[in-house]
Amino acid sequence: MINTTHLRYDILRMYRIPTTVGLTIALPLVVYYAVTPGSRHGHPEGIPFPLYFMAGMAAYGAMWAAVFPGAHVARDRASGWTRHTRTTPLRAGTYFVSKVLTSYLVAIPTLVLLGLAGASLGVRLDATRWLEMGGLLLIGLAPFAVMGITVGHLLSVEAMMPAVAGPVVIFALLGGAFGRLFAGGAGLTIVKLIPSYWLVQAGKSASGNGDWPAEGWIVVAAWIIVLVPVAVFAYKRDTSRV
Amino acid sequence: MNVHDGDLAAIKVTGLTKSYGQVPAVRGIDLTIAPGETVALLGPNGAGKTTAFDMLLGLTRPDGGTVSVFGVPPAAAVRAGRIGAMLQNGSPPDLLKVREAVTLVASYYPHPLPVEDVLRLTGAGEFAGRRTTKLSGGQAQRAYFALALVGNPDLFILDEPTAGIDVEGRRDFWLAMRSATERGKTIVFATHYLEEADAFADRIVLIARGRIIADGPPTEIRAQAGSHTIRATLPGVDVASLGALPGVAGAERHGDAVILSCSDADMAIGALTRTYPAVRNIEVRGVSLEEAFMELTADDLDGDSTSTEQDRGAVGTGEKMTR
Repeated sequence: MINTTHLRYDILRMYRIPTTVGLTIALPLVVYYAVTPGSRHGHPEGIPFPLYFMAGMAAYGAMWAAVFPGAHVARDRASGWTRHTRTTPLRAGTYFVSKVLTSYLVAIPTLVLLGLAGASLGVRLDATRWLEMGGLLLIGLAPFAVMGITVGHLLSVEAMMPAVAGPVVIFALLGGAFGRLFAGGAGLTIVKLIPSYWLVQAGKSASGNGDWPAEGWIVVAAWIIVLVPVAVFAYKRDTSRV
Repeated sequence: MNVHDGDLAAIKVTGLTKSYGQVPAVRGIDLTIAPGETVALLGPNGAGKTTAFDMLLGLTRPDGGTVSVFGVPPAAAVRAGRIGAMLQNGSPPDLLKVREAVTLVASYYPHPLPVEDVLRLTGAGEFAGRRTTKLSGGQAQRAYFALALVGNPDLFILDEPTAGIDVEGRRDFWLAMRSATERGKTIVFATHYLEEADAFADRIVLIARGRIIADGPPTEIRAQAGSHTIRATLPGVDVASLGALPGVAGAERHGDAVILSCSDADMAIGALTRTYPAVRNIEVRGVSLEEAFMELTADDLDGDSTSTEQDRGAVGTGEKMTR
């Protein structure tokens, strides 16, 4: 199911698109360093600001990283490459798994660099806390990886980027990547149903103040359960023999 | 039917049909290709070549009929790595260099050729470090050919591999193809360049409007169309009686000149001189494959009310007319 050469070139191809580095690494780092020093001593939601905003920007950059590889299936479709691979022994499952792994492997540098940025501005955590945060972030990314693949199989290259950028930015805002929107009430109840809320929450949980209750698992699992069949449908519609 | 036939054949197709909605693309093809053959599928645009190839590759499901490749369904032959394909308008993946693309495809196959050998054999080594999107037309086709070759397949299915390349580029492509493929490899290619089929195939399958209308070595295709043309000066003769002469397949008149296309030129000359002693300036020529092609496709069109001048124009010139 895993072809390491294919995976290696999938990742290489992602990093040869300048937008990948721009959105997954440069943008969150620049925003983090621009905003954090001025609010260094704040404690939003009882969490030290450098850690609070690190969680938000890590979630934001990782969302881009997760969505991108799948969305770029649209590129392979447009160039005829997806069709050509169907004349080779490459299995559809291998292609699919490689895209999901690429999502994660592009997200990891984002998380590591944001972690280093946080540490440089005074974030201090136990090793177990770092790992717990990283692990929860990776789980929270799954719906976004699947979302990317769905878009990549359904839309053209031209339509793909707006279709990805809109939801990512809206989800990031609603999920609280740039700061909490709702402290309670109906607003909070609603944003708790979107996966990006839990992605941001995963980062905050490391402080011991935010948490990741059963509700987080349920919401993320529900999104995966809903999106995987949609992705499979999109894939089948796209590649079915006529 | 001999069971071993199916096992031995590189390709065995029986009763193959495919329509898109109300439009028939392939209307009943039977074809057996033995291992080691180089076969040209020759026909005008819209003849059904690409549809037939898509079914050979398992990319398209036939409406009727069967396809087997080395005795198994196409999808199984593809998975076993026995097929290397160049699709029409296909290209290497973007964002990679040529060498990387060849390495990538090699990783899909169970017994690939060494990447460096493939780059050298196809001539793609000269631009191995260049991005696949920064190549000239001829280079892109050679790079794409390298992808078909690197898997070391037994069967090459090449859909217009030299489309958009000039005559010199085409010759270079086939030289590379020749030196790169050992004997024993089966090659099936589609083309609408007549001289390409004539020069590089040892068998031509002529396809028009979804049917095979001729199948044989290039020499035999010429013979089937009427092997020779007789031109002569013969005033005041009625075309219909000329056409009725033994050995004559068709007759035309241009003023005092008559042109006879002959199924048997020897018999036709005898009959012509006996019947019309006044005949002068007799000239006998073998027809070109191009004329044979025109004639065979025209025969097919006779019974078909949808025949168009555009189709005829596109087949006769040996150069691509419209895409």
